[in-house]
This record gives sequence, C-alpha cells and structure tokens, in this order.
Amino acid sequence: MNNNASILTIKNLTMRFGGLVAVSDFNLELREGMIAGLIGPNGSGKTTVFNVVTGFYKPTQGQIFLGNHEITRLTPDRITALGLTRIFQNSRVFRDLSVFDNVMVGHHMRMLSSPIPAIIRTPMYRKHDEVARERTLWLLEQLGLIQYVNEIAGSLPYGLQRKLEVARALATQPKVLLLDEPATGLTAEEKDEMIDFILRVREDFKLTIWLIEHHMRVVMGICEEITVLNYGKTIARGTPAEIQSNKAVIDAYLGEG
Amino acid sequence: MFRRPSKTTVLTLAAMVVLLAFSVWAEHGLDPYIIRILNMWCIYTILVASFNLIYGITGQFSLAHAGLAAIGAYTVSLLTLSPEAKQLSFLLAPPSPLIANVQWPLLPALLLGGVLAALIGFVIGAPALRLHGDYLLIVTLGFSEIIRLILVNLSSVTNGAMGLKGVPYLSSLTWTIGAAIVALTVIRRLITSSYGRALMCIREDEIAAEALGVNLFRHKTIAFVFSSFFVGIAGGLYAEILGTVDPNTFRPALTYAVITMAILGGIRSLTGGAIAAGIYTVMSELLRTVEAPQMIFGWDYPGLPGLRQLFFATMLLLLILFARKGLMGSKEFSWDWLFSRSKSSDSKGSERSHEQ
Repeated sequence: MNNNASILTIKNLTMRFGGLVAVSDFNLELREGMIAGLIGPNGSGKTTVFNVVTGFYKPTQGQIFLGNHEITRLTPDRITALGLTRIFQNSRVFRDLSVFDNVMVGHHMRMLSSPIPAIIRTPMYRKHDEVARERTLWLLEQLGLIQYVNEIAGSLPYGLQRKLEVARALATQPKVLLLDEPATGLTAEEKDEMIDFILRVREDFKLTIWLIEHHMRVVMGICEEITVLNYGKTIARGTPAEIQSNKAVIDAYLGEG
Repeated sequence: MFRRPSKTTVLTLAAMVVLLAFSVWAEHGLDPYIIRILNMWCIYTILVASFNLIYGITGQFSLAHAGLAAIGAYTVSLLTLSPEAKQLSFLLAPPSPLIANVQWPLLPALLLGGVLAALIGFVIGAPALRLHGDYLLIVTLGFSEIIRLILVNLSSVTNGAMGLKGVPYLSSLTWTIGAAIVALTVIRRLITSSYGRALMCIREDEIAAEALGVNLFRHKTIAFVFSSFFVGIAGGLYAEILGTVDPNTFRPALTYAVITMAILGGIRSLTGGAIAAGIYTVMSELLRTVEAPQMIFGWDYPGLPGLRQLFFATMLLLLILFARKGLMGSKEFSWDWLFSRSKSSDSKGSERSHEQ
C-alpha cells in the first residue's frame, strides 16, 4: 500500500498570525489509501494545519497539492470540489435540517445546475436530484443511519451526529478526508465503534484519511504514520511504535525533566 | 415522461385560478377602498416573501428593502408616465432625454423594474454579503438610504423631492394577485430545490456549508438577487396603486414594516408571511381611526399621527419577547394539514410533517 502515488503533499507550510507562528515549516506526504495521524499537545497547531489545508486560512508560506492540483490558496468549497473535505472538532451538523437534507447538501455542488432550471424543475434537474436522493439513501444505509433519515439532525445523540458528519462529507465524493478529533466526546464504547467505523469507511470508499486525535488508543490503533507537532514545529514522525518510544514526544507530552 | 400531478398540486392550481377569477370579479364588484386594501395585501405579501428568502431562509439580515422597492417604483412610474405628463410635472429640471419620450405598457415596465432592482441588488450584495451580522445590516441600511438620496438629488430623472404624480393606473387586482402568486411560487420552488437546501445550510452554519462545497458568495448572491427582483416588482406595483411616488415613501420605515410582518407570520414561512401581510394591512386601515381627530365621550381628541407606528412597534416588541416564531414558525400552510384538521382529531401526529 505504501508504494501508491502521493495524494496530498504539503511543502514548507508556515502560518503566522501577526507575531505568532502557529505552524512553521510543516511538510507531509500522504499516499493513497493511507491512514495518518496528527497529534500534539493542546495549542500545538494541529487544527491550524487542517484549517490551512482545507482553505479556511491562507498560509503565510508554503504549497499544498492534492494529487497534481495545487490547492494552496483556493476557497474551501473549491478544495472540497477537488476531492478533499473534513469534519470539524465539534459537531457542526445543520441542526434544524433533517438527517436526509444534511446529506443531500453534500451532493448539491455536483448537481451541475443553476437556479432557474432548479426552479422550473427541468428534466435534467430532476435526473440529478433523483441520483442525489438515491445516493443519499444508499449512504445512510451503508453507515447505519437510515432509520434516522427523517429525524431533525440536532435531536440526534452526539455519537450519531459525528457519524452523520462523516456521511455528509462522503456525499461530496472525497478522495481525502480530514477528521478533527472524531472520537473526542464519545463514550468508551462509542470510541471503539468509531474506530471500526473509520476503518470500514476507508475500505468501502477507498479513502485516504488524515486525523487529529487526542485519544491515544484510537491513534495508535489505526494510524500507519503519525506526525507530532509541538509549538507549531514537527518534532517527530513515524509508525505508532516509533512514536511511542520517541524521547522528544514523551518530553512534549509529559514535560521535560 | 408525464408525471401525474398530485392531489395537492391540483388543489393549489385550482386555488390560484379561483383567486384570479375572484380578482376579475372584484375589480368591478367590490368597493374601490376594499380593492385598494387587497392590492396592498398582495404587495406586502411579495415584499415579505422576498424578505423571508434572504433572512428566514438564507440567514442574511438585510435592510435594503425600501431602497430596492424605490428602484422598481421609479422605473415603473417613469416608463408608464406619458411624455406630456413628464414635461408638465418636472418643475425642478427638464426631464432627461433618456426618459422624456418613453412610454411603455405595464408588463415590460414592471419586468424592467424587477431587473434593475436585481441588478442594484447585485451591486449592493456583492460587497455587502461578505460581511456578517451587524455589519451587513448597517451596510444594507446605508445603501438603501443612498438610493433614496440619489432619487432626491437626481432631479432630471426623478423630479427630486417633488416625486412623480399621476402615474397611470394600468394595473388591477388581477395584476397584483397574479404577481403575488408568481412571486410565492418561484420563491417556494427555489426554497424546495437543492439551492434552497444550500441556502438553509448557509443560515445554519456557513463554515460547515463551505466545507461541503457550497460556494457562499455565489449562493448568497443568488438569494439576494432573486429577493431584490421581487422587491422591485412589488415596488413597481406600489407606485401603480398609489398613483404617485416620492422619495419619502421609501424611508427605512417601509423596511421595518416588512420586517414586522415577516416576524408576525414566521420568518421561514411564506404562507405565514402572506397571512401576516393581510393582518398588517387590515389593521393599519382599522387603526386609522385612532389617529383621526374625534369626540370621545365629550372630549375633543385632536388625533395623534404616528400612533399606528407606535402600535406596530409595540406588537413587534411583544412578538420578539414572547412569540419569536410568529404565527407559523417555519411551517407552511398545506392541504394535508387542512384535511387532517377537518377530519377531526383522528390523526393528531401528522401535524409535524406538513412541509410540502
């Protein structure tokens, strides 16, 4: 698997907020089909890296490539259209909309229509809409959410909201999925379920996954390669076993001395 | 592939036909005063529906309604006034050659009014919709006032503060009801399309919407342009009904009236808005008496102009404090709901699902 072509490449990424260097000189290469992890103490710049890669922040320096496309300064919706999307640190389901509508939105940008045909409901629009409906139901079925299809998303328990966010992200047909703390806030039982869920989703949808997670059992259990950040600097990279025995990492987490 | 229309579609179409037939009869069968009230009801319905689209559905609080309505009103007035009437009424400066000799029928004039309002809406929206919350509010209110001030000062086109008088009455109740039906249908179909879903997601959470591939700027602009188009149409009909336009008609108070109606009806409900527009129009006529001088038990009440506004302001305050969802919240009137009502209480649970 590690011989596959690289799908996400980050070169010399630096993000400065005024005088604060949130991320400095970050490099990464993700190959197709990989699950990689990004860890580090609080405030080490993990989410900032995700925000830059997904287009929510414009980097101070550096370049980001998705396959052969440079995505460095594109807007988030363009990056999603090219096949990279994310779920957020906290649940960001559309609370007032139904589970069904939450997933349907993911299909919207691929529907190739403009508002007037949508209002008239041209045969072309109907066809696209029908395809989106079928795919939405199929996705909900696959992810075990079908029984909630008409529920209001905000009324679901937290664990299901997280799954719904993954379902919604999958609707955009991503090649790379960034997960920001997918297991945080879940019960121990739900965490195990989430691990299985992520592995299964990667398998079924041929995804490359990059995740931020605090929970070591999750990270060490599923990641093939882990990058460790501290104060915006990359202090280690390697397999879970290598990371667990790395002196710099232990110092960063437990404090030196 | 012909799809058999559903029962509710047939009923809706039938209701539209009945309404239009009623309007044809009413034009001669009803008192002109009543017709005027019905006309205003339709115009307010369009204004409220377009406000619902931009605020209730898309979540962008815009205060540009009055200015955009002015664009429609002036366009229709200038295009339908006869060249002679323009020569006579332009006292401050002779009418600009651009508009001095044109005279159009109502339909193209109305459509151009809508298109110009949509165009100005785009020009306002493009920079303003990048702002959020209070900033968007201030900028759109500012733009609305700028439009009004331009109308005051562009004497050779607008006749300045004197306004335009004697706008020919080419419309009728059929026109206003027809326009309201078209506006509600188009906005409803936009809302229930995949675009409408994207707009609601922007309202719920812009960041998540963007991460799901929704281009924020494009979608907000689409909502704003559609909204502005119908505001322009409503403004044009307003000029037709009043027979006169002047810049003072389009002060922010008009926008506030629309917002009051929208909140009364429920900001996400088009049918709620239509009902609220009716209530507002009728009440504002009934309340005329409280402003008029009269004898109350031997006391000579001089009349207090502005008392109606005070009443509506109090109502708005109470709504926001105690009934934020208004009459309908985000629900729409539906035939299923009506039937489940008339079939008494055997299906209580179905009331939740009467969207569409």
